Order: sequence, then C-alpha cells, then structure tokens
Amino acid sequence: MATPSSHISIRKIDSVLRIDFVDRNILDELNIHQIGEELLKSVESEFRPKVVVVFGNVEHLSSAAFGTLMKFLERVKARDGQLRLCQMKPRVYEGFTITKLNRLFSIHETFEAAVESFK
Amino acid sequence: MPDPTPAYRCDQTLRELRAGLESVQAEVADALAARGYEEGAMFAIRLALEEAIVNGFRHGNRSDPKKVVFFRANIDDAQAEFEVEDQGPGFDPRLIPDPTDEDNIEIPSGRGVMLIKAYMTEVEYLKPGNRLRMAYVKQSPPRG
Repeated sequence: MATPSSHISIRKIDSVLRIDFVDRNILDELNIHQIGEELLKSVESEFRPKVVVVFGNVEHLSSAAFGTLMKFLERVKARDGQLRLCQMKPRVYEGFTITKLNRLFSIHETFEAAVESFK
Repeated sequence: MPDPTPAYRCDQTLRELRAGLESVQAEVADALAARGYEEGAMFAIRLALEEAIVNGFRHGNRSDPKKVVFFRANIDDAQAEFEVEDQGPGFDPRLIPDPTDEDNIEIPSGRGVMLIKAYMTEVEYLKPGNRLRMAYVKQSPPRG
C-alpha cells in the first residue's frame, strides 16, 4: 500500500516484503532523502526481514541513491534480514557495475529470481 | 542538407540546489532533444550534471546559503559542453580515494566524481579545482 505522497509501495507476499518505487526518475538528489526515510521505516518492525526492492519503474539513479541503498542494506542486516534488488533497466544496472556496488548488493533480473535466492 | 540547429548557450547563476537543478535539467533536456541526442546520451548528461551541481553546492560551497554555483552550457549538434563552478577553495580530484576499492566501498563519497568520469567524454577540473569542465561528444553514426 502506498500512502499519499509516498515514493514507495510496500506489499507483503508470503514472508517477503516487496518494495516498488512509485515514480519514475525518483532516485535523484531531490527525492532521495525522503525515499531513504521511507525505506528505513519499512523494516522498522520486521524480524529477520526478507526484502526485495523492485527497480522496474526507475529510469534514473544518482550517487546519493547508492548511499541511501547502502544505509538500507545495513539496516536490513542489522535486523538479521536479507535484501535483494531486481528488475533494473540496463542503464541503472550500469551505475552499479561502474561503482562496483553490484558486488555488495544481490541483484536479480526478476522478482521471482530474487525471492528464489533467499536462504 | 538542412542547416544545423543553432547552438544552445546558457550562463546561469544557481542560488539554490533544488530550484537550480530542476531548472538546469529541464532546459538542458529540451536542448538535447531538439538536437537529436539519443536516450543514452540524455541519461548520461543528466546524471553527470546532477552529480556536478550537487557537488558544487554540498562540497564546494559546503552548503553555505550565501554561496552560488555558476553554470554554463554550450550544446550543438556534435557535442554538449558544460562548466560548473562553485565558490569554494577547490580540491584535487586525484586525492579522492577510489570508491571501488574493497576498503572504500562503504565510504559514501567519491562516487559522484567517478560517475561523471564514466559517463562524460571529457572531464577536466580547472585549478584550483572549483571549476569543472565536461563534455559529451555524440557518437558518429556508423558508415555504409
């Protein structure tokens, strides 16, 4: 469910928290702070969360977004959880490979593949 | 043969990050589209401009609201050139630790500069390091 003016939509599918970005081009400097807050809040009351963040709608990504995603990864791990990213457009994925953050994040082609990868 | 589209030129003083970035991105996107820059080029330029302008305000000017960022652009059918200049003391980009290094991968800074270098054809920090000049040169179409 997306709350009014939120940038992410969160659904629980079986035991997996699926997070979709609501808008296009939203992972830029101007929105990333609020997005970061929403992401961190999404796992606040989760125990050992299994989280999949879906990038299907994302067409632009800034370095600020990488920082936010890393903080989110830390928060998920702090709750003994696992984070997967999926459905990136090639240009968005390219940013992860240039910065070598594809080594830090577990990135999958589809939501199903991401879910399959949970231990 | 059609006449080339006249070059787009702009020389702006950005006084605030959000409004400045929105205004620049909108104008540059229009200028690029009007001169046939394809989607990949527009993505690259948008990303590099965002990183450069944010760095100017946040790092160069240290978020001092009294300081501005100067933005200049010259876009024609062959290339898009930009200059972003802040009012800070400058820096040496060679001293930024490599953010892809295993030891640095979780350090938040340095990726913006790296992305600019990855996506733009030419990148130059002019002394004392508070003025960035960068250019995106359009790919030549394949012959035959």
